[in-house]
Order: sequence, then C-alpha cells, then structure tokens
Amino acid sequence: MVAVGSKCRTCRGPAIIDLPRHNANFCAEHFLELCRRQVTKAIEHFAMMTRDDKVLVAVSGGKDSLAVWDLLIELGYHADGLYVGLGIGDYSETSAEYARAFAAERNLNLIEVKLRDEYGYDVPTAAKATRRVPCSACGMSKRHVFDKAALDGGYTVLVTGHNLDDEAAVLFGNTLHWDVEYLARQLPVLEARPGFPKKVKPLVRLTERETAAWCIVRGIDYLVDECPMAAGNKHLAYKAALNTIEETSPGTKAGFYFNFIDNMAPLLAGRAVADGQALGSCSNCGAPTTGSVCAFCRLVETASAHAPVPVELVMKKGRGPR
Amino acid sequence: MKVLLRNPRREIEVVGVHRVHALLAKLDLNRESHLVICNGTLVPGDAELLDGDIVEVRPVISGGV
Repeated sequence: MVAVGSKCRTCRGPAIIDLPRHNANFCAEHFLELCRRQVTKAIEHFAMMTRDDKVLVAVSGGKDSLAVWDLLIELGYHADGLYVGLGIGDYSETSAEYARAFAAERNLNLIEVKLRDEYGYDVPTAAKATRRVPCSACGMSKRHVFDKAALDGGYTVLVTGHNLDDEAAVLFGNTLHWDVEYLARQLPVLEARPGFPKKVKPLVRLTERETAAWCIVRGIDYLVDECPMAAGNKHLAYKAALNTIEETSPGTKAGFYFNFIDNMAPLLAGRAVADGQALGSCSNCGAPTTGSVCAFCRLVETASAHAPVPVELVMKKGRGPR
Repeated sequence: MKVLLRNPRREIEVVGVHRVHALLAKLDLNRESHLVICNGTLVPGDAELLDGDIVEVRPVISGGV
C-alpha cells in the first residue's frame, strides 16, 4: 500500500478512516477520541448513567457489545458483562470464546447464562417448537434473561450495544408500519419500572462502521461472522436500504434518528405499548405480564418439551456472498 | 493482491492497483457497510492497494436487534 492522500482533520497526520457523515478523515488516535466524545455525549445528554451506577453490559462477543464494554471501562464506569448462551451451534460456541477472552484479558467479570442449562431449551429449538421467527424467539429470551440478571444482581443500569444503524433500522421498520406504540418506546433510555431495570444504549451516536473500526483500532478480537439464523431478516434489509441512501447522502441515518428523538418522540410520550397497561406478575416466574403467565414462560414450556433441534434445520436461506 | 471476503469467508485474487473505494465498487459493496484492512491496518477510501498487499474487506452489518 502506498501513502494515502487523506489527512486527519485534527492533526493533519495520515488518516486511517474516512467518515463522510462528519465530512472528515481521522488518524487512529483522533478517531478513538471522536468515539469517546460521541459516547460521552450520548450518556450525558440522555442521562444514561453516572460513575456511581452498578452497570451490566449485555455481551454477545460481537463488535458492538465488546466496543461498548471497552468504552465504558475506559470512561471510568463500573461495568460487568452478561453473556447469554443461545445454543446456536458453533456460532454460539465461538461468540462465547470472544466474550470470555475479552473479559479475561481485562480482568473483567463476565456472567454467563446458558438457555439450555438454565431453561432446558435453545434458540433453534424454540424457533421450531413455537413456529416463531428465530430472531423473535431469540429476542424474547435475551430480554428476559437480561432483565432477570440485572435485577437479581442489583445492577442499576443495563447497557446494550445498539448502535445508530440498529436504531435507524428499527425506526425505519416501525415507520413503514406506522407502529405508533413501538415508535413511542424507541428511546435511547428506558427508565426502570417495577420488574424492569433501567436500559440504555450508549452507542446511539456511533454507526456500525465506527464501532467495528473502534474494535479494529483497539485490537479487540470479535466475532465477524453473522448469526446463521439472522440471514434474510427484515432488519438487515432495512439497514441495507438506509445504507444505500447514506452512501449518496451522508448523515441521513443520523438525521432520521435524531430528528425523530428531538421532534417526534416527545409527541408520542405516553403512547408506548406498556404505558397505561396494568401489569401483574407471572404466576410462574414473577416477571411483569399482562396475563397470568408471561410470554417467556410460555415459550420455555413449549420449547423445553421439544426434542433439541440442530441449527441447520431452522436456518434461513442465506443471501449469498456479499 | 489477495482479498479476503466474509459471510461466507472466501479469498479472491484481484489484479492491478485499486483505491479502496474503487475496489469496493468493483466488488459491488456499499462503502457504509464495509471497512478495508490492508496488511493489518485500517485504511481510508483513497488509500491505494497494490499487488502483493494482503487485503480484508470486512462487513460491519450485524443482524440481531
């Protein structure tokens, strides 16, 4: 490789990354500084947490969760990790290894919960047994385990690695359907309620390209391969659509999401799915629910009674090389 | 040059000198969805990739929510 022409906006040294939405290029040092600044701004602007909070980070072994854990530790927060073993074949085994290695190298505390050991099922089996889309069974399982682990462990804040692309894609999907109740819940902070921990998304000001670059520059090994069960899901299609626009109109994703947060979300306050609903307690696990038994316990009952299903049997048809 | 692609993992040979943006265009890949690593270092869009370089085109999009 020969020398590049682009210079760092801050120091004028050779750049390692171009960020069209900032109309700027950055060297490694000043790119990391930009990321720290963006995360700090998100945490402070949305009152996500303080350094007195006991923080639990949901960790998958992928770039976003490891980047946010790394950033929080760097910024002086006290944060443990939580890894949920989803039982998605080799993918889960490998992702667990990345999460464990990250924690061990930094002497951080990683809590592990395996669905098969704890609840008698895994995600491929749940998808097959309940005839749910795999991502739906997975999401419900993770949310329940995250909430329970945070509350049981006395954590005051639960952090997830959702980035700007994730939030813009979900917003895009909810807008396509004018799903007002879900739009009203799409905030970077969900305050604690009885049975639910406070949930925050410190990466909302960083794109996936930036969180991946953070990991590469910081030397963080993460699982690059995509979940074999996610191939072809709508969320990926929404991201691809937004990135097609972003490529010719940099800043579109940030404008779409942050203008929603500033201008639209206040108008939707009080319209969220859970708002105004009287929640009781699940007769089985005690989690908040509108019925007598929560959706997670119903999923566990069905999935744990089903013979284990290998991931290959419920994998979607892939999108082919890209 | 050797170019490593992911999802699925595979290696291709690309002949000639390319800038990063031109390589992505040639492979029909979105710039916003990929990073390019050359000889172990992240490189910006105008970096020139030469024969003999070890290049990885890394997708950055993940599917879960």
